[in-house]
Amino acid sequence: MSAAGTAGSVAAADGSTPCPVIELRDARKTYRSGEIEFEALRGVDLSVHQGEYVAIMGPSGSGKSTLMHALGCLDTLSGGSYRLDGVDVEDRGDDELADIRNRKIGFVFQQFHLLPELSAWENVALPLMYARVPLAERRERAALALTKVGLGDRLENRPGELSGGQQQRVAVARALVTEPTMVLADEPTGNLDTVSTNDVLGLFDELNAQGRTIVLITHEHDVGERAQRIVWVKDGVVERDRPTARGEATAALSSGGAE
Amino acid sequence: MNWNETLQTSWSAVKSHTMRSLLTVLGILIGIAAVILTVGLGLGTQKDVSEQISSLGSNLLIVSPGSSTSSDGARGGFGTGTTLTRADAEALASPVSAPDIAAVAAEKSTSLVLEANGTNWTTTVTGTTESWLEVRSREVAYGEFITEEQDAEGAAVVVLGSETAEELFGTPRAVGSTVSIDGKTFEVVGVLASAGSDSSSNLDDVAIVPLSTVANQLVGGTDSRSVSTIYLQAAQASQLSAAYQEATQLLLNLHGITNADSADFSIDSQDALVSTATSVYQTLTVLLTGIAALSLLVGGIGVMNIMLVSVTERTGEIGLRKALGAPGWAIRRQFLTEAGILGLTGGLAGALLGIGAALLLPGIIGSSIVVSPVAVALSIAVAVGIGLTFGVYPATRAAKLAPIDALRSE
Repeated sequence: MSAAGTAGSVAAADGSTPCPVIELRDARKTYRSGEIEFEALRGVDLSVHQGEYVAIMGPSGSGKSTLMHALGCLDTLSGGSYRLDGVDVEDRGDDELADIRNRKIGFVFQQFHLLPELSAWENVALPLMYARVPLAERRERAALALTKVGLGDRLENRPGELSGGQQQRVAVARALVTEPTMVLADEPTGNLDTVSTNDVLGLFDELNAQGRTIVLITHEHDVGERAQRIVWVKDGVVERDRPTARGEATAALSSGGAE
Repeated sequence: MNWNETLQTSWSAVKSHTMRSLLTVLGILIGIAAVILTVGLGLGTQKDVSEQISSLGSNLLIVSPGSSTSSDGARGGFGTGTTLTRADAEALASPVSAPDIAAVAAEKSTSLVLEANGTNWTTTVTGTTESWLEVRSREVAYGEFITEEQDAEGAAVVVLGSETAEELFGTPRAVGSTVSIDGKTFEVVGVLASAGSDSSSNLDDVAIVPLSTVANQLVGGTDSRSVSTIYLQAAQASQLSAAYQEATQLLLNLHGITNADSADFSIDSQDALVSTATSVYQTLTVLLTGIAALSLLVGGIGVMNIMLVSVTERTGEIGLRKALGAPGWAIRRQFLTEAGILGLTGGLAGALLGIGAALLLPGIIGSSIVVSPVAVALSIAVAVGIGLTFGVYPATRAAKLAPIDALRSE
């Protein structure tokens, strides 16, 4: 819902990218456990531009989860700098970070993380509540977002009454409802069967085609190949960063609406 | 997240764990009900006591015998001595030396067996004079009260309390019957109207005979001149203080005592009796309320315990809310509200239980319980306060959870 998000969508439509959505410079993260220090990130440089669909891949222990937490402003870096949508994220308090997450990032988690006692639309409207959007508008926007993910007829259902694939669609709707600068998906298909996986990935394709920036963390190759670009992380550094076949095709067409 | 949403969220969290919430609420409920009952019992007892004391009569001073200091300096307890005499009572009745004392009634009481038609009944036989009826604010239901003439001649007549008459004759209409007191035959000339009971005795279970009759026929010996209590009545409440001065001075003179500190009698006003009795009950009430408050504390710890469990159990939810942009204060407020709801529910339910018990219990235990609206309102406020106070730590813990740690937990 931020002004930057709206401007970004417009920028993506004509392919120009004045300011990267993600600008990570020499990002470092060190965990201390007693005497033992563990460097999860050892100088990661990463830029993601408006409208990109990036998959971050890597084996477990590679640091990709740490990277996801840093990108999602869920955790702070030990060193380096992170600019999200032109805003310096370093040295911010917890509540400021909460506000940044609320306005700029739409999360999709492996475990869905829907609240079981809330209906689909109430779950979707949750981030709007923290953005202090009035109730009537919240309901309207939640219904719109659910319609977008194909669940316009399930507004009042609780998560328990929905299939895994449908639950993840609700989570995607929740990620979209604030019109965030980027959607950050952490293993979004990890708990889904093949049909639902295709379902959700198809949804991401659509969103990206509409100009939405998507960063997807996965360890599944075929999921990663759905993105336009794969960033390989290993031992806390970026090992490879290359466009996928789809990404090259899209670039060749130089148009976002190929699907 | 506004207050309405906070309330809804917290309420649905409380509701989703019905059993757990109910058990937590129970702790608070019992504490609040106990506080309301103990405070109510204290107030009720106070009310009873002041009613009983005012049932003695109005504008009264009560003179009790003290103990004369014996030659070796030992003093007995107040009220045990035989220092008050009928002569004292007659002197106090003089309008010249004690103009502010309107009426005087001396009492000499002893416990004796009454017998009529083969029925035995032990009661307090009180010897007194005609003025007793007015001084003690009593009325005669049947027949007449004892007269001065009957006192002067030491007549064997008796006025029975309504219950005494009932016990002996099966009816309060006993005028004209005869009753045997301590083996001597008395004629029943009157029966008193019912007046209830005071703190120490049943006012309806008495036998009133002329003072001289008690002294000469029923007690005898050296004790015969002494009386157990002298009631003094002032015409108006404003004269009580003057009456008190006059009575003290007169009795000191009569007893030849120069130092008021070594007086062999004591004079109490009803107010003094009320405040003495009240202070005893107040101490008791404070003590009981303290115990009830302790149970509230335990209830509060229960709230804290359940809130900590709730925070631990809902780490994932907290993490998600924070990831979606909930600031720490919103999380803290959500959990504080939840604790407050537990406290409020316990407070309201406890107040209902307390009030219900206050309505039912007096019939069983026989003392009144006064439910004070202030105490009820205060207890509910305290219950909410306890919920909030004991919710602070769990809520702060929830607010401080890092979103990643919280999300990982699931």
